[in-house]
Amino acid sequence: MALAKINQITGKAVYVPGDDIDTDRIIPARFMKCVTFDGLGEYLFHDVRFDEEGNKKNHSLNDERFSGSSIMLSGKNFGCGSSREHAPQSLYRAGFRAVIAGNFAEIFFGNSINLGIPCVSMDSENREILAQWIESNPTHEVTVDVDSLKVIAGELSLSCEMRPGARESLLNGAWDPLDELLSASSEVDQVAGRLAYI
Amino acid sequence: MAKNLFQKVWDTHTVKVLSNGQTQLFVGRHLIHEVTSPQAFGMLREKGLPVRYPERTFATVDHIVPTNESSEPYSDPLADAMIKELRKNCEEFGVTFFDVSTGKQGIVHVVGPEQGLTQPGMTIACGDSHTSTHGAFGAIAFGIGTSQVRDLLATQTMALGKLKVRRIEVNGKLAPGVYAKDVILHIIRKLGVNGGTGYAYEYAGDVFDRFTMEERMTVCNMSIEGGARVGYVNPDDTTFNYIKGRPYAPKEDDWEQAIQTWRSFASDPDCDYDDVVKIDAEDIPPTVTWGINPGQAIGVDESIPSVDTVSSDDRAGTEEALDYMKLTPGSPLEGTPIDVAFIGSCTNGRISDLEEVAKLIEGHKVMDGVQAIVVPGSQIVSHMAMEKGLDKIFQDAGFEWRGAGCSMCLAMNPDKLIGDQLCASSSNRNFKGRQGSPTGRTMLMSPVMVAAAAVTGKVSDARKVFTN
Repeated sequence: MALAKINQITGKAVYVPGDDIDTDRIIPARFMKCVTFDGLGEYLFHDVRFDEEGNKKNHSLNDERFSGSSIMLSGKNFGCGSSREHAPQSLYRAGFRAVIAGNFAEIFFGNSINLGIPCVSMDSENREILAQWIESNPTHEVTVDVDSLKVIAGELSLSCEMRPGARESLLNGAWDPLDELLSASSEVDQVAGRLAYI
Repeated sequence: MAKNLFQKVWDTHTVKVLSNGQTQLFVGRHLIHEVTSPQAFGMLREKGLPVRYPERTFATVDHIVPTNESSEPYSDPLADAMIKELRKNCEEFGVTFFDVSTGKQGIVHVVGPEQGLTQPGMTIACGDSHTSTHGAFGAIAFGIGTSQVRDLLATQTMALGKLKVRRIEVNGKLAPGVYAKDVILHIIRKLGVNGGTGYAYEYAGDVFDRFTMEERMTVCNMSIEGGARVGYVNPDDTTFNYIKGRPYAPKEDDWEQAIQTWRSFASDPDCDYDDVVKIDAEDIPPTVTWGINPGQAIGVDESIPSVDTVSSDDRAGTEEALDYMKLTPGSPLEGTPIDVAFIGSCTNGRISDLEEVAKLIEGHKVMDGVQAIVVPGSQIVSHMAMEKGLDKIFQDAGFEWRGAGCSMCLAMNPDKLIGDQLCASSSNRNFKGRQGSPTGRTMLMSPVMVAAAAVTGKVSDARKVFTN
């Protein structure tokens, strides 16, 4: 089945401030006691959104104005730490379809692209402008344009970046590489055969 | 043309260039565990795909294993479901499983090297970010997500962009009481938690030449905490001697040939690097994290930073960390009271870690009110330690001696912090809530420094505590 070509994502946006937001923060380890990814959306950022009695804390993801957002804006080194795909899975299942951040940790970035979630990097000045715009226009939509590498918010058109290979994968509908990997079966056997080890 | 080890291993394992410009890379060894593999097997079933090379995948169970009960069913039904699921998947798809009953179970990054599965010049991947550990052998080892676990099971290959290579040389001599853990914490402190993004780290220099394999593993293990997905040390005689005789090591007749091949993967003397960083071993103190990421680390004799003493970029992060850790800026780190002491994990749960601590703690007692636990990295480590009587030494000193597993490193099992307890920990991550309590606090340090904290009840310079 052909994958969707992901040219742009449009939706409400929410700002989750902070640098170095790790994947334990995005989805605490105890919620990984599961054998499927179903239901992970519910636990997104759980421990910073809820106190130990389950009461809502002051967090932008609990702010009604931003409910239903599909684009997240955050700081530098987003998704650092554990390789758990549960992190982008929980974002996806909570309705997020794109992330804008200062930059992304390597493994999180790859995991997200494999799920068809564009992750675009933006400098701090533009992130600040965008965060203010979101705060002032909580009901308005933002567009992440993968093709032109712009984030469009009202009158604003802010530049962002994405690694070329990942961008092409999204634009060409080739973000899940499995079919292409499977198609190289004989070349794979050749490499396996020439290695000095099993 | 002269090449570094990363380039050589990459080229040897390249299948082809994919349409998006990434490389289809063959992965010679695939390690799996119960947390990040069940969904991948589920996807294979959905698509009706077999495991392409089942002899290249090895499984063990580590994250959810309770360390204080050995009989099944486990009291946590979710944990019990996960071990059973892995068992079922391994049987159905023909994957070797180092199950609890084999006596070879343990943390996946302890088990691989211990079995001799980890060898120079290999590509290795596992659905766990600490897979970089295996780079200590001169392998290129990647942490991956579950979709890539699926790709590996189905094709033994994955799509990857090539990394740049940064050589980190640590020259000179480490001061007494400074360990491999301090070396990597110091490197992350200097280069940042984000500094390695896009890079593989090649660790080199006098200190790494002298390091044992287990010390090299401790450093490579935490590469990812510095942002580097891959970290490695060039293979040498230390590497070969460690591998020799292990169950999956090349046998007698193939040994000389294997060494020759392995040596050929080492970086050529005149090869290029994308970056080179040099560090003086003498500058590395016993290092402890005070904050909520592994780069927020200081020497044990330094003071807790304040927002005024850090760069403007780091102010918000410092403030957040001080607030979470409930620390007073400017106060000495030494003397911070602790509640829990944890020795174990894929960073520091190997036999040499336990031996080093056991050597020092004889005659000392864990401070009243401190819970101290020792969790061997594998059943084999546990067995070796017990044969040497280390379990007795630890227990006599007031430590709990546990079964093998990931334990309190990430608390997907009953071992976890309660409330805002502060843990002196030999593990690898001090993120908010990492050790199981959403308000729990972690300070990362070497196992010897953890032991010093355990016996004094506070963060202490081990060199002043263990003077016997």
